Amino acid sequence: MEKIEMICINCPLGCMLTVERDAEGGFKVSGNTCPRGEKYAVNELTHPVRTLTTTVAIGNREGKYLAVKTAKPISKAKLFEAMALVNATKAQAPVKIGDVIIENMLGEADLVAASDAE
Amino acid sequence: MMNYDIVIVGGGPAGMAAACAAYDNGTENILIVERDNALGGILRQCIHNGFGLHRFGEELTGPEYAARYAKMVAERGIDYIVDTMVLSLEKGEEGTVVTVMNSERGVFCINAKAVILAMGCRERPRGALSIPGTRPAGVYTAGTAQRYVNIKGKMPGKNVVILGSGDIGLIMARRMTLEGAKVHVVCEIMPYSGGLNRNIVQCLNDFDIPLKLSTTVAKIHGGERVTGVTIAKVDSNMRVIPEESEYIECDTLLLSCGLLPENELTSAAGIALDPITGGAVVNENRETEMEGVFACGNVLHVHDLVDYVSEESAVAGKSASEYIKNGAKKAALMGTVKIEKGNGVRYTVPQKIDVTGANEEVKVYFRVGKIYEGVNLKVSMNGEQVSSAKKRKMAPGEMEFVKIKKSVLDAAPNGTLKIEIVE
Repeated sequence: MEKIEMICINCPLGCMLTVERDAEGGFKVSGNTCPRGEKYAVNELTHPVRTLTTTVAIGNREGKYLAVKTAKPISKAKLFEAMALVNATKAQAPVKIGDVIIENMLGEADLVAASDAE
Repeated sequence: MMNYDIVIVGGGPAGMAAACAAYDNGTENILIVERDNALGGILRQCIHNGFGLHRFGEELTGPEYAARYAKMVAERGIDYIVDTMVLSLEKGEEGTVVTVMNSERGVFCINAKAVILAMGCRERPRGALSIPGTRPAGVYTAGTAQRYVNIKGKMPGKNVVILGSGDIGLIMARRMTLEGAKVHVVCEIMPYSGGLNRNIVQCLNDFDIPLKLSTTVAKIHGGERVTGVTIAKVDSNMRVIPEESEYIECDTLLLSCGLLPENELTSAAGIALDPITGGAVVNENRETEMEGVFACGNVLHVHDLVDYVSEESAVAGKSASEYIKNGAKKAALMGTVKIEKGNGVRYTVPQKIDVTGANEEVKVYFRVGKIYEGVNLKVSMNGEQVSSAKKRKMAPGEMEFVKIKKSVLDAAPNGTLKIEIVE
């Protein structure tokens, strides 16, 4: 049986998780203090994901930037590809928090505004 | 002269939460004074997520968290002025005279029955770190770099070394990497990181950025611009070990070496400060030793979560409102409980508890001085154990708290409450 230790990144508690992988490929997670920890541990070993937060230039507001985030976590392996796409994009003001800036980015998640711009 | 029941110094998360809590407690005549051009404070540049899990039950970015509070301030019609600095606080005939300045009106005074200090903190700059070497461009605090990247859209450099593993340093390691810079190493002079574990995982490990503990920057090289730094191991007395040093070529050095509550205004007003927190000495209501003046948020002690800043500021806001409702007078005291820092406890906030009989349960926040594993957290009153709890792990980077029941306080209103780590 394989034992893997990791730190949960879901919240600032940072629980120490222990994942045991049984012969059939199933996972047993311990050390988590909430259900999200278990999901994180399994994801981390099968398909790690991260929420991307960055900024987008506002095309019609010289020198102003909009905070943006992926509406849900995206594949960790696609973070740099996503950054290249975001940095080639310009938002148009006015923008409200939650407005979609890039729809279904890389087939993973919408990129949405995390700040307002008038 | 302008007259307000409560004047709040600072429109960041602490100031906004205090304002809303005071308003909701029935004190509506409030003014927030903010020196930046909008409400929100440092959250405006903290575009990463992880804020609000406790307060809102969901994970928000800094600007989203700030926007929620700015909306609450707007919904309540609470007054605020921006681009305005508070210069001084003085005891007036009734309450406190707050002297402020802005470019529109110059210097003017505001009368306040109560004042809430919510100025936040600032980063320890290079000048306070005594790093040998030249003085080239390219040395920034992590927060300054964060403002350049996130607000101004400008990269401060391409080849980066970070000194200090506080959360801002870790967050900036990831941010600079995502924007195309090469972060060579994060050095931490202490044998442990001051940042959250989750940030070490998602900001360093995710991008294979090494974290070197017990390591510092021993020298900065460069003429007009940083050309490199010498990093070196330190011994247990934090002295550089010259035999264990290496040169790293870089054009940028980011400093994330601790935050200092910004209390020039507080000390100039003659308010007593706690030498460990760098913030005012307060009771459970977050009232300072100057009557009618309260403090909350990072100006009081540096928090690791904004959620706790909001919670603490709501206490200060509500208490300031109660003070106003009581005719701008303190409630009658049954006694004052002194809080003693036992083994392992570096500081507590509050530092004392004023017992009035009307107290509710009091949350005492504290930090430990080093990493502890498998210990007991013991609380006692006048030498008698009140509670003991098993702790799997305690670290200086994570603020802890204990709840003290009303019955414990009422039974010993002049007692000494001791918080200690039993190894």
